[in-house]
Amino acid sequence: MVPPREVSPHCPPRPPEDVLPRRKVPYLRCAFRQPRAQPLKRGQCDQGTEPVARGYRAERRSTCPRTYTLHPSVAEVPAVATASLQRLRPRGEQGPASGRAARLHPRSGMDPVLSAVRLSVQEAVHVLSSSEDGGHIFSTLGSLKRYLGETENPALPEEQEEFARIHFPTVLRCLVRRLRPGWLELLPNRQLEQLWASFFLTGPADQAFLVLMEAIEDVAGPSFRLMKMARLLARFLSTGRMAAVLEGQCRQQAEPAFPLLQATLLAKVVSLPDRLGNRLQRENLAEFLPQNYFPLLGEEVLRVLQGVVDSLRGGSDCSVSFLSQVLGKACVLGRQKEILGTLVPRLTVLTQSHCLWQRVCWRLVERVPDRAMEAVLTGLVEAAPGPRVLSRLLGNLVTKSKKAQFVMTRKLLLLRFSCTIPVLQSLLGYLAEDSQRRPLLVQALKELLETWGSSSAIRHTPLAQQSYISKATLICLAHLQEAELRDCRAELLASLMAGVKCRLDSSLPPVRRLGMIVAEVASARIHPEGPPLRFQYEEDDLTREMLALAAPWPVTDSPSEAGPPVAPIRGEAPDNETTASGGPQAQPEGSDSELDSDDEFVPYDMSGDTELKCGKAPAYVRDCVEALTASEDWERWEAALRALEGLVFRSPAATREVSVELAKVLLHLEEKTAVAGFEGLRQRALVAVTVTDPARVAEYLTAQFYALNYSLRQRMDILDVLALAAQELSWPGRLGKAQRTSLGPSPQPSSTAAPAWQAVVEERIQSKTRRFSKGSAGRGPAAVPNEFNAVAGYFFFPLIQRFDKPLVTFDLLGEDQLVLGRLAHTLGALVYLAENTSVAVPMGKALLEFVWVLRFHGDGYVRRGLLSAISAVLLSLPAERLLADLPDELLETRSWLADVAVKDPDEDCRLLAVKALLLLEKLRDKLLALSSP
Amino acid sequence: MADLPLPPPDPQFVLRGTQSAVHALHFCGGAQGQGCPLLLSGSLRGLVHIWSLQTRRVVATLDGHGGQCVTWLQTLPQGPQLLSQGRDLKLCLWDLAEGRNTVVDSVHLESVGFCRGSILAGGQSRWMLAVPGSGSDEVQILEMPSKTSVCSLKPEAGTRPGMPMCLQLWQANSSPRPLLLAGYEDGSVALWDVSEQKVCSRIACHTEPVMGLDVDSQKARGVSGSAEKVLAVWSVDEQQALQVRRTHQLTNPGIADIKIRPDRKILATAGWDHRVRVFLWQTMKPLAVLAFHSATVHCVAFAADSLLAAGSGDHRISIWSLYPHT
Repeated sequence: MVPPREVSPHCPPRPPEDVLPRRKVPYLRCAFRQPRAQPLKRGQCDQGTEPVARGYRAERRSTCPRTYTLHPSVAEVPAVATASLQRLRPRGEQGPASGRAARLHPRSGMDPVLSAVRLSVQEAVHVLSSSEDGGHIFSTLGSLKRYLGETENPALPEEQEEFARIHFPTVLRCLVRRLRPGWLELLPNRQLEQLWASFFLTGPADQAFLVLMEAIEDVAGPSFRLMKMARLLARFLSTGRMAAVLEGQCRQQAEPAFPLLQATLLAKVVSLPDRLGNRLQRENLAEFLPQNYFPLLGEEVLRVLQGVVDSLRGGSDCSVSFLSQVLGKACVLGRQKEILGTLVPRLTVLTQSHCLWQRVCWRLVERVPDRAMEAVLTGLVEAAPGPRVLSRLLGNLVTKSKKAQFVMTRKLLLLRFSCTIPVLQSLLGYLAEDSQRRPLLVQALKELLETWGSSSAIRHTPLAQQSYISKATLICLAHLQEAELRDCRAELLASLMAGVKCRLDSSLPPVRRLGMIVAEVASARIHPEGPPLRFQYEEDDLTREMLALAAPWPVTDSPSEAGPPVAPIRGEAPDNETTASGGPQAQPEGSDSELDSDDEFVPYDMSGDTELKCGKAPAYVRDCVEALTASEDWERWEAALRALEGLVFRSPAATREVSVELAKVLLHLEEKTAVAGFEGLRQRALVAVTVTDPARVAEYLTAQFYALNYSLRQRMDILDVLALAAQELSWPGRLGKAQRTSLGPSPQPSSTAAPAWQAVVEERIQSKTRRFSKGSAGRGPAAVPNEFNAVAGYFFFPLIQRFDKPLVTFDLLGEDQLVLGRLAHTLGALVYLAENTSVAVPMGKALLEFVWVLRFHGDGYVRRGLLSAISAVLLSLPAERLLADLPDELLETRSWLADVAVKDPDEDCRLLAVKALLLLEKLRDKLLALSSP
Repeated sequence: MADLPLPPPDPQFVLRGTQSAVHALHFCGGAQGQGCPLLLSGSLRGLVHIWSLQTRRVVATLDGHGGQCVTWLQTLPQGPQLLSQGRDLKLCLWDLAEGRNTVVDSVHLESVGFCRGSILAGGQSRWMLAVPGSGSDEVQILEMPSKTSVCSLKPEAGTRPGMPMCLQLWQANSSPRPLLLAGYEDGSVALWDVSEQKVCSRIACHTEPVMGLDVDSQKARGVSGSAEKVLAVWSVDEQQALQVRRTHQLTNPGIADIKIRPDRKILATAGWDHRVRVFLWQTMKPLAVLAFHSATVHCVAFAADSLLAAGSGDHRISIWSLYPHT
């Protein structure tokens, strides 16, 4: 026996929950050791803490600089200690109460058999560590192999047991230590290597695993031994020994397992890829990559579960809590996809028929520690193909575990919004599947609707989350039955109505749209007797998706496993077919029997053959005004509207005579008949009038913007017209060209479509022609004076003057925030269009003040408008003027922008703020470049 | 074939310079005379322009209607003589031979309507002319060049078809008897036997006044268009009874003129909707919609070599070459 070594007093402090209290270990050790022949000294008792330190060291190595290092010459001592530690936990085959039985067993006293084992092991270890004779080593190993019970004359069972319990790690460590290049070649034909490996692969798996991991981690750098050990570990994994490791932890059930060992084992099992990756660096083997290792771990878990099920059938108890911990830890590490990707499909099949499997599966999830519950549940919900499967896998977990309930009903629904729609459907479907869980679904609906309707949530949560909550609400509604909804109708309606109001007030169209859809569906479900709510919204992908989610779910017993029912759409299809086939039959008539040689008469495109409407267009602007105000002839009215823009551009002088009157007529014009493109026609006409007589019309329009008795629509039209007219004035022709080409058929025939041969010839000429100087190919638009210069003030200042003076019908700072947002955008556009004009600087100054007043506005749309206005100011004002005239404003703006860029809940706002900041940076660079030379 | 249809064609060329709306067009084949093909056009201001299709310029201008609209132009098969009908109640016969442009003869008309006349000339020196007569619903038949009134075709007492709107004299292949097709104001088309002065058959194929008709004498089939949205195709059987064969619906109402090409393959209509429509005559399959003019198209005409001309209220005459003879 090697003399006991001194234990370093510098054991690092231990985490309280993982480790046994230090005092207890020696006590236990003494109690176990007392009947033994060799009396233990105090120091030896302390050896019992050695694995504690080791296990701890292994986990905390990176954080604790004062690591405890193992001296090679005394390595057996900790090995023995580990082995004796093994004795603290009863082995599976010892049955219940094995610890006590071992203590009271007569053989556990001064047994000659056991001391014989110890002696022979000591001798073998001595031979192994000193001898260089291959034959001798081989025979020694062979004699040790007897204790593993696989040779023809195995040792006695109690000898085997004693060897496995106490001496096996010692032998393994010795084998590891002897491993060096020449040693394995002492015998030919790799006999020694195979024998060497068989100790690791056939002995008790958990011991072998721990020793292997420890050996690999102790190797300093890449070396022969490291690679040998890594390959051996790979073999260990591929031969399914990991299942044996896990199984060993499942078998013990009578006494609580020694938690420290379990914790060590757990950590090593789960963090194997990390540890191996760290150690092997670039030489890492494919088996240890996480994407390969975790599926394998999943397979092994499944095999162990199979064993558990079998032994439960056999009537013996088993524990799956170690498996749960493995699962939990792997999921916490973010490996849900890999491990559950192999587990869930198999479990789906297995749980379908056997209720024993279901029970094992439920237990497996139940025993997951709370801190890992969220990771495991998220992974399971994502991996399960449907609510029914989820229900089989989880059972009534949500009613048993508070943590699970929190995760399923609050965290995944209200706090996170990363789940896809199928996942959300299977989650809510799971809640709806069982009558015990349905109250939770009702509760979830209440909370969802409350969040959906809270005005603060609408203002401060991103749009993606709002849409997620809306969808979840719709799915909940689809699952619930009328009776359940009736019980809490008042509460639901209250939150719904509050939410509808807040949402319809919002200035963001998607938020309004969500409000409309959810309100329609929810009111129809919650209050089916009442008059149905109907909103007008455009159909698009989102609406269709949401309405499909709202389709009621079959309550129970539908055999289909996954997905909502596909609504049968072919109700009318047969009718259509019959009419379609009936049509042509009516066609044939007494046609001429003469030969029809119309091959040469290929029809031309006749799509331009439309109804002609311009019969009654007035020819003068005044006639238009008269037709638009007084005419009861709707064709004339429409023709006048269509002709107006062209007339205005053709006769500017005549227009100027009636410009304000015309603007008034157009502003008050209502769509009396269904005219295609009415809004556009009216807007273009107004823009044309404004461009023709900018000063007076702009004055009129800006005055009307703050007048009484206009609808919000009209006020926003005014803003749009002003912006468009300013654009036309500042870049003449841009608007006009684009529009006139789109206006009806051009007067000239389509000579632009050159024949194909012409293009070919042109191309050939181009390629064969050598040009000596290329110059600019397309001449840019001709330079024209910026007509906006003279009139920018008429557009801008009346608009910005009175925004803070509320009217009876119009309160920009109150609830008409939509118009305020539009106003901010328009003002920004006006400043941008006033670039290079003399009035731009006072305009920019006024606009910055305007922004400063409103910078903390609660509405995202308004803030977007303000941010774009800032960008406009930065773009259009000359840099030196900015710095000379507005330095303080710039500084304040900058700090505000930096704040918005980080904290604003609206994504667009953040983006705009970042853009504005970039513009500021550019400005600074420009100034620095100017001043540096 | 999945190919996209060809885009609508452009006119081959456009004649400008009439300075008023074009109401009558007539091609004068280049077989005789100067040898080059001519196009005659009559304008709202009473001028007749003679265009050379080679130089595409006006060769001569005839002023014989006192500023009143020229509604009908027709050359005689024998010799270079031109008939022009104007709203000054005169029908002039011009001598165009050897560059002359003098009125040889004129006929006084009784009707102030827009009804165009029609001639039937079988190559002899004597030919037949149908013009609206003195009574509002009469058609007068004259023998030319003697200007003797042969007869006056008056509808029976009970029927009130209104004014004749368009006339077409016609001789069927089977019999030598001259026939007259007349479209009336009430939308009916009547077939008159001229020699017997009686209506052989009458069909009400439109509900609005018939504005134009043309007949394919070989197949005894004709087509008529009215102020409404429908073209009617009818045929004349052996008993000289009219029968509606089919109708064709149009996009916009109003047909001012209809012509079948001399080779009887296609027909063209002049529309009030500014468009010229081309159909396959055999099956009435629509072939093209020519949207070039910016005012009502008043008249269309086909040349012997398959050129198509259309005259419109926008003072322009467009010349098209569609599906030429092969």
